[in-house]
Amino acid sequence: MNEEKIIQVENLTKKFGDFTAVKGITFDVYKGEIFGFLGANGAGKTTAMKMLIGISNPTSGKANVAGFDVLSQSEMVKKSIGYMSQKFSMYDDLTIKENITFFGGIYGLSRKQIKQKITQLVEELELQEVINNLVGSLPLGWKQKLSFSVALLHEPKIVFLDEPTGGVDPITRRQFWEMIYTQAYKGTTIFVTTHYMDEAEYCDRVSIMVDGAIEALDSPKKLKEQFQVDSMNDVFLKLARNIE
Amino acid sequence: MKRFIGFVKKEFYHIFRDKRSLFILFGMPIAQILLFGFAITNEINNVEIAIFDQSNDVETQKIINKIKSSPYFNVENQINKESDIEKEFKKGKIKAVLIFERDFSKNLQTKNVAVVQAITDATEPNVANTIANYTSAIIQNYQSQKKQPKTNLVKVEVQSRMFYNPELKSVFNFVPGVMTVILMLVSAMMTSISITREKEIGTMEILLVSPIKPFQVIIGKVFPYIFLSIINAIIILLLGFFVFKMPINGSLLLLSFESILFIISALSLGILISTISDSQQTAMMLSLMGLMLPVIILSGFIFPINSMPLPMQIISNIIPAKWFIIIVKAIMLKGVGIQYIWKETLILIGMTTLFITISIKKYKIRLE
Amino acid sequence: MSISVQNISKSYKSIQAIDDVSFEVNEGELFGLIGPDGAGKTTIFRILTTLLLANEGNAKVLEFDVKQDYKAIRNSVGYMPGKFSLYQDLTVEENLTFFATIFGTTIEENYDLIEDIYVQIEPFKKRRAGALSGGMKQKLALCCALIHAPKVLFLDEPTTGVDPVSRKEFWQMLKRLQQKGITILVSTPYMDEASLCDRIALIQKGKILKIDSPSNIISKYDKVIYDIQSKNTHGLIHDLKNYSSHYSVYAFGEFIHYIDTNQNFNPNDLQDYLQQKNHTQIIIKPAQTTIEDVFMDL
Repeated sequence: MNEEKIIQVENLTKKFGDFTAVKGITFDVYKGEIFGFLGANGAGKTTAMKMLIGISNPTSGKANVAGFDVLSQSEMVKKSIGYMSQKFSMYDDLTIKENITFFGGIYGLSRKQIKQKITQLVEELELQEVINNLVGSLPLGWKQKLSFSVALLHEPKIVFLDEPTGGVDPITRRQFWEMIYTQAYKGTTIFVTTHYMDEAEYCDRVSIMVDGAIEALDSPKKLKEQFQVDSMNDVFLKLARNIE
Repeated sequence: MKRFIGFVKKEFYHIFRDKRSLFILFGMPIAQILLFGFAITNEINNVEIAIFDQSNDVETQKIINKIKSSPYFNVENQINKESDIEKEFKKGKIKAVLIFERDFSKNLQTKNVAVVQAITDATEPNVANTIANYTSAIIQNYQSQKKQPKTNLVKVEVQSRMFYNPELKSVFNFVPGVMTVILMLVSAMMTSISITREKEIGTMEILLVSPIKPFQVIIGKVFPYIFLSIINAIIILLLGFFVFKMPINGSLLLLSFESILFIISALSLGILISTISDSQQTAMMLSLMGLMLPVIILSGFIFPINSMPLPMQIISNIIPAKWFIIIVKAIMLKGVGIQYIWKETLILIGMTTLFITISIKKYKIRLE
Repeated sequence: MSISVQNISKSYKSIQAIDDVSFEVNEGELFGLIGPDGAGKTTIFRILTTLLLANEGNAKVLEFDVKQDYKAIRNSVGYMPGKFSLYQDLTVEENLTFFATIFGTTIEENYDLIEDIYVQIEPFKKRRAGALSGGMKQKLALCCALIHAPKVLFLDEPTTGVDPVSRKEFWQMLKRLQQKGITILVSTPYMDEASLCDRIALIQKGKILKIDSPSNIISKYDKVIYDIQSKNTHGLIHDLKNYSSHYSVYAFGEFIHYIDTNQNFNPNDLQDYLQQKNHTQIIIKPAQTTIEDVFMDL
């Protein structure tokens, strides 16, 4: 990890009518870092993330992602990030190969590049046997690994992962995190939004959002020390109690 | 019983809280009746025509006045030269031009034959056809009024009299038709959607794992829609009666009984659809494609069954709507009693029993 | 015995959802089915709540057979399906009243059972269920499942997608219900919730891997696990996997869980090895065994 800031957020605010969903949040994310963006459902996580990936305009404040302003250069922002959500990852009724080709096309890869990527992925994920199988027929764990790879097809500087490992079996989950570590090691910044606190334990640094504001931001280790508890889950519980 | 009432109450909450569906539910029959009654019609009214009177004598003036006084035509203008005819058509306002030949009166008196030519704009063939028929009717009528036995302009006069709907008002056909379509739509589609919605959101699981019995669920689902459908039927009949002067010659009681019978058969079809579909979307597609289209096309509502190819005629027999339309027309227009429509009624009863039996049999007490 | 399951199997088309599953739940027990998505938890719940028929095997709930006596079971159990299954367009109060009526009871009759849960959502009783937060929806669903004072409660993944505070409260509510004598079968994909149950069945790919109390499962695990950390996690995983005597290497929160094949494993040797590989800020210390560690080793 180095000190180059890849995401800079300053006083970012989003209002819907009278309701302020995101209340002037400020934070930085460094290059190659695994950054956990935590909060309960409805805490403003998704709204904040939508602003960072350039699909929702901030009411006020500034955010710079991969060197581009999210408001005025949202198209450039979208080109430099990858996105993977647990809900929508890939088309179940297309084969693995068709999915990769399709998403490669969307991200503007040339036919040659797509071919290279397919060969590379087949090797890395050991897909030889299943490359022509429908994605729908794969186990959940494979789908997740695959959609992570798809989010990386265009070699983005930052990948946004939305609750990536909820409900997966423990071993597949580890394999998934190993993929994330490898990617971070290669210099890709990983931005994980989740409300599963145990997912937070794997991150380099985490921020915890409560009611639209960031209430804590540090490494899991330091947060646990600060709140004198054993798990991120308890950090969250204490934090929520303090605010009430 | 308490369970049942609780269930029905809940159904009404669903119905009244879904403002959009409610609007469609009651807006649609009104819109459809008005649409069919006013816009989609075979009648013509106030058609703009032009006249090219080359004779300009007493007879032609009389005929023109007659045409002017009819509600069907507005005489827009007089044309003075032949080359103007096409110009007028091209402007688009004029739908027909009547051309009286030179020396019209003279010819009529001397040769017993005078020619009126009607040129119509056949870009709308139906309209053109109707205009031609109406004009010739008016002229024939004029002719017969002249009471000149000697001249005998038209030797054989075809006299047709239309029974029950002497003015051939198409709305008399559409009111029963629209009523059938609406009742089918409300009853079948709404019930099938409301049952599959419970499957989709998962509440069906909880209902199954509860002491409430399947038939209680079904009747509880169906009951509110019987109620809504009856209201709909009443709205349609009132509109037909007050706006379009559609008579109800027969017994209102019999009409209500037959309507409720048809509503129940449609509801059981809805339940049947819900047993084979897992999502609201499938239920809607099945109701629309599987019920609405046959009802509109094969019931005799829009296309006369007699002019269909034989296989279609045979298929039309399994459409409950066909029998209901026959019944409704018989009661409303002919004013007949049950002795004339017992056969159709029996067929409807038979179909309804069949649908109910199948849907109760197919209704699952488990998830698969 | 409140629930007894004997050699149940169930397949959908070509997929074997559960394969020869047997377990028993004692009266008044809080029993957990722990396993990832797709392990077959929901299928077991549906068979026990009489919603599905098993292909093979027998199951009884409160001594009633799930196939023959399904009506009796439906009268006496409470069920909360995995998905939030209440009427979103009905208010909190209307939902509860509705479920009370179809179970032939009233809110007042069993109010003492739901009281401490219901008071938390009562301020919002005029609000439509669809407008509630995740935690409140879950409380309402629990109230609805309890309204007829069932003897057995089936809760399929009740805490999925719910924030930590609500999760914690939910488990406290379950404990209180258990004290009132209700037998509870609960499923969850979260291994950390396993320790809150009296006994658990670890389940994966349709098979039960182990049944025991959480503490027994941990104490009977005979391998020693080490927490290992260094500055470069990616490299650490890679190097540990290349260490000749490694048994398993798994990322585990901020640490790597490492198990060695060697009985006389000396952490200092590993320390030296990692230093050779240029790792810095190395930590090696014995780790707490968790249910998740055991699960991964089954």
